[in-house]
Amino acid sequence: MTVYAALLYMPEDSDWMTPEVGQEHGGFAAAASEVIRGAVALYPTGSATTITVAGGPGGDVMVTDGPYAEAKEVLIGLYLVEAADLDEAIGWAARIPTAWRGKVELRPVLPIGGGAP
Amino acid sequence: MTPGEQLAETIRREGARVLATLIRTLGSLQLAEDAVQDAAVAALQTWPRDGIPDDPRAWLTVTARHKAYDALRHEAVRPGKELASAGGIAPVVPDPVPEVLELVEPDSVVRDDQLRLVFTCCHPALAREAQVALALRTLAGLDVAAIARGFLVPEATMAKRLTRARQKIAQARIPYRVPSDAELPGRLASVLAVVHLIATESHAPSAGEQVTRVDLQAEAVRLARLVAELMPGEPEVLSLLALLLFTAARRPARVDVAGDPVPLADQDRSRWDHAAIDEASGLLAEAVRRSQGVAGSYQLQAHLSACHSTAQAYRDTDWDRIIELYDLLLRLSANPAVALNRAVAVGERDGPAAGLAALDAITGMTRSHLWHAGRAEALGGLGRTEQAQEALRQALELAPTAPERRLLARRLAEMSPP
Repeated sequence: MTVYAALLYMPEDSDWMTPEVGQEHGGFAAAASEVIRGAVALYPTGSATTITVAGGPGGDVMVTDGPYAEAKEVLIGLYLVEAADLDEAIGWAARIPTAWRGKVELRPVLPIGGGAP
Repeated sequence: MTPGEQLAETIRREGARVLATLIRTLGSLQLAEDAVQDAAVAALQTWPRDGIPDDPRAWLTVTARHKAYDALRHEAVRPGKELASAGGIAPVVPDPVPEVLELVEPDSVVRDDQLRLVFTCCHPALAREAQVALALRTLAGLDVAAIARGFLVPEATMAKRLTRARQKIAQARIPYRVPSDAELPGRLASVLAVVHLIATESHAPSAGEQVTRVDLQAEAVRLARLVAELMPGEPEVLSLLALLLFTAARRPARVDVAGDPVPLADQDRSRWDHAAIDEASGLLAEAVRRSQGVAGSYQLQAHLSACHSTAQAYRDTDWDRIIELYDLLLRLSANPAVALNRAVAVGERDGPAAGLAALDAITGMTRSHLWHAGRAEALGGLGRTEQAQEALRQALELAPTAPERRLLARRLAEMSPP
């Protein structure tokens, strides 16, 4: 089994914090509860802060207002979905409400230390 | 074929079959490819000396498994070294060599494995150019240098493209299996598009000197045959093979002695490969029988090709039927290139004025040399020589290959007063 991050992107000017959108996601989360290993929803990019450390560890901390990349479509959250292979993951991704409200990007999660991803 | 070429052909054909099975048992594309490559090198060294073995595939299978086994054992003794792109499996190296290494799978298992590989190579999660490269590398058994030559890119570029594709297959876990019935239509379309792209790339290379690149056309036919062998019940597979054979059959007449393209109207039809045309006609009839009245896009294209291939002479062409077929194709997808061909056919049937009107009704083709060339023919037919010359000059500016430019330049010279 592989864990995939389903990254949710929406047009920057859209409102994804409405009760209607929340309900759709609730429906998906209930249907996919057996394969969802985690989920995150994000506030709009107006609340984003971007941090860079210049030069290397201990260097000057630069803090800027706004998201890292100015883009028409912004990351609004993610699901962690466990699936046997990409086809199965695509099957789940196609049921995430963002797949028709925006776009869903699937990325396999790189296992790191500290137990199962 | 010389004995040397025959040997290479056997190694290539059987190597591709061995590869498909090895990928399944090893769980790694890269490891399997390396092992088959090593086995092929061993065959090239020993077969000319000892003779081709009775069962070349068995020889290659067993040798490739031993090579893979050696590679795994070699990797295992280097601590901390992870197997590159090992597709998520943790290879276990048994010692001593297990007997299973000497077993040769029956044909049915090999066919199932090849079908899996077809769908993995053409998975829509891979970029189309990566699908094409993988199909030629793993299904057709072409080496990286040959694929790079076929697509006019440096070998390093092609090698990198293949490496990225293998990494994506391993990391994103693109499955190694035949899609479910529900997924099949969409996934089969991707497979056919890959084979068709290889063929069109050979028929009309988008850049460069040659009119046809013989190798890629042969590779496309070879791949279409393989897919047809693996999925004999799919009408669109049979139609695609028929389409490719109709096109390939015209190859002997398609270029003149100077290497320049000869338009369909001027081709010497006695030089067409009539055996290939007969085979294609048979395949198309079978596709029609199996499709039960619902013609797909490749079936319509094969019918169009058949219209030209079975006309005794250009003036015998059944333009009514051709226009009807283009109309059906346009109903499947509004493709400006199809509309262009239809307009040219209208000109042939109803005269240059009707042809010109049909061409001018198509939007978004001003960057196509074929559109300007078609307008030039129609304008010339109407006696509007100056406008025809202007259209030819625009076509000349946009034509991507040197032979096409020479053909257009010749037309322009014919039209100019001496």
